[in-house]
Amino acid sequence: MEGSQAVAATVAMCRPEVICAYPISPQTHIVEGLSAIVKRGDLAPCEFINVESEFAAMSVAIGASATGARTYTATASQGLLYMAEALYNAAGLGLPIVMTVANRAIGAPINIWNDHSDSMSQRDSGWIQLYAESNQEALDVHIQAYRLAEQLSLPVMVCMDGFILTHAYERVDLPEQEQVDAFLPPFEPRQVLDPDDPVTIGAMVGPEAFTEVRYLMHARQMQALDAIPHIAEDFERSFGRPSGGLLRTYRADDAETVIVALGSVLGTIEEVIDDLRDEGASIGAMAVRCFRPWPIDEIREALGRAKRVVVLERAFAVGVGGIVGQNVRLALSGLPVAIHDVVAGLGGRPITKRSLHRLFSEALADELDPARLTFLDLDHERVERELRRMQDVERSGPHAASFLRDVGGAGARPR
Amino acid sequence: MPYQQIKFYQAGSFVVGNRLLDPERRTVQADGERSNTLTSGHRACQGCGEALGARYALDAAMRATAGKLIATNATGCLEVFSTPYPESSWQLPWIHSLFGNAPAVATGVAAALKAKGRTDVRVVGQGGDGGTVDIGFGCLSGMFERNDDVLFICYDNEAYMNTGVQRSGATPPAARTSTTQPVGDEPGNVFGQGKSAPLIAMAHEIPYVATATVADLRDIEHKVQHAMELRGARYVHILVTCPLGWGCASADSIKVARLAMETGLFPVFEAERGEVTSVLKIRRRAPVEEYLKLQRRYAHLFGKEPRSEVIARLQERADRNIRRFGLVDEDTVEEPGGVSAQESESVGSAVDEESNATRLLEERH
Repeated sequence: MEGSQAVAATVAMCRPEVICAYPISPQTHIVEGLSAIVKRGDLAPCEFINVESEFAAMSVAIGASATGARTYTATASQGLLYMAEALYNAAGLGLPIVMTVANRAIGAPINIWNDHSDSMSQRDSGWIQLYAESNQEALDVHIQAYRLAEQLSLPVMVCMDGFILTHAYERVDLPEQEQVDAFLPPFEPRQVLDPDDPVTIGAMVGPEAFTEVRYLMHARQMQALDAIPHIAEDFERSFGRPSGGLLRTYRADDAETVIVALGSVLGTIEEVIDDLRDEGASIGAMAVRCFRPWPIDEIREALGRAKRVVVLERAFAVGVGGIVGQNVRLALSGLPVAIHDVVAGLGGRPITKRSLHRLFSEALADELDPARLTFLDLDHERVERELRRMQDVERSGPHAASFLRDVGGAGARPR
Repeated sequence: MPYQQIKFYQAGSFVVGNRLLDPERRTVQADGERSNTLTSGHRACQGCGEALGARYALDAAMRATAGKLIATNATGCLEVFSTPYPESSWQLPWIHSLFGNAPAVATGVAAALKAKGRTDVRVVGQGGDGGTVDIGFGCLSGMFERNDDVLFICYDNEAYMNTGVQRSGATPPAARTSTTQPVGDEPGNVFGQGKSAPLIAMAHEIPYVATATVADLRDIEHKVQHAMELRGARYVHILVTCPLGWGCASADSIKVARLAMETGLFPVFEAERGEVTSVLKIRRRAPVEEYLKLQRRYAHLFGKEPRSEVIARLQERADRNIRRFGLVDEDTVEEPGGVSAQESESVGSAVDEESNATRLLEERH
């Protein structure tokens, strides 16, 4: 079935009591699915609210969660940015909201296709971030996410690649309602708005205590590093398949070169690794499944014996370089490991086996410059031409228009 | 035998003395069992209209719901002065999330209560004019449009007071704020801008919209109580004096709010499903100068060179409101300089006063 529909069916089995939704591609099919489930009466009691913005979606989720309801929403891209203020607030208030992010690029230029720029931009918001490699894992991780969120009283973002996963038809094992009920106890909030026991939530905190409050938030998120593996083990016992966890390695134990990535691209990476292994290369992979909190010790353990690490990311920090790469450097600091940052698959550009094979071969041959940010499949010629034009022409105009002229596409006009 | 004459009206107003009423008609605040929802010890300024308005509004809502009430609060003065960590003045479950999302948070609370079958517990959202008519307006409109079971109360002091008196969409023309200085050709806030949140609320055709001022606290109580008897989206917009931002004496807080109503600059009315159902009539019509002169935010209109043309434009606005909402009945109005309320209470017998009190209440409510 379609990834989004499978997620919708699974989320419904988690029995959320309030779902709020604002449409943005490629998240729409998930909330459409849930809307139908609620409207049919298959999920009750549950309030499904069509809100007027993502900012409102997260705000409704905040109110509902603070009133003790299990709460769900989903978003992507610009929508995630539009709710950014409320994301930090939900995390600061310690509200166990679970949200799916159907990963998509951020504009300008506007682009509806997949990369990780959206969720990466909110990496410091205080949300736990889990990345799914497949639709099956996405389902499983949603169930685990509720258990994790409510155990720690922290919000959890389940990130799954937009279109690549959300719109992919794959065979999945849908859990049974009884299994989910057994795994996921009813929500017992740590704090709740209740007239019988009135509390003030969200009071102002000044310099005298703000540091301590933020420290506690950090400490609580770090507890997820212990909780996530336990929940994953428990999940495997209950559902009979491994899923989730902090990270996963593939043929990496003895590998000199390890490829690090997040999300659905791991499948392609593993195929290329198999090919290269057949050719005699010592290469493996590591999937980061939990990006926040950053499992620094586990990653040092997993990558510490490698000679070189290639971090392949679907996002980057403009003006600096790799985001995950910087975190990997932190984990491997002091170790003699060469770390390469590679940006790939931005705005839905396919990451092909051929390109990866070439990239990994270059890495194996020490042809990648660790000091330089590598962009996979970048059209160097076209970029150079545009850079020259920007230098030559003072009012050089938007890049998109220039590129269009360059390729002679629609709207092209003689210069 | 010495005796004390019972005054029927409070000084300078038409507010009926509480002690003359039957117990069930007395104010919520007169009730020894009142909830003190916003209790003492908070950090509001002297004469703060918002603290007063919030106290009366929420105590009335608490009484109407038998104490089963949850409040969401936008960022702003009310939030800051009531919850300096680790203290809180709130005697009800209360949540502050952000500046612009109090209506949406209230929607979330209402949705959770509905899902849990706790529809006996009700929700009030509240914020200042900035959090309501500006940054929170999208969430407010969404809440209205979905007819979520939320009463939203705006405490309108006509500018961003918490950040230092900057202009908002509710700032009236000519008013000086720290971003509309009294300089240039058109000193203060310009004409032709701003919005009426109550009228926009009415356009959503929600069950109930009302305006009120802190000059008539019984009116606030009545409107909030009525709002809590209804379900769906409800909006009460209360004009609250800000002595700091308006530059008026703390002791004049009520007087200034009353003049806002009596000039017609702030029409006090109720509406249901988009139709005006009642207005609070002006019984002593005051010229706008009387209101403006008490406030330093309008001082630039009365300097060495009085800006009579600006004052005339403000008078036009007041007159338009009076026409538009029918705020003046010729048979009840007392012309400025005519018989004052205080004088009128010395005439007439006690019997007349009693019936007059009942008539007044009926007229209003």
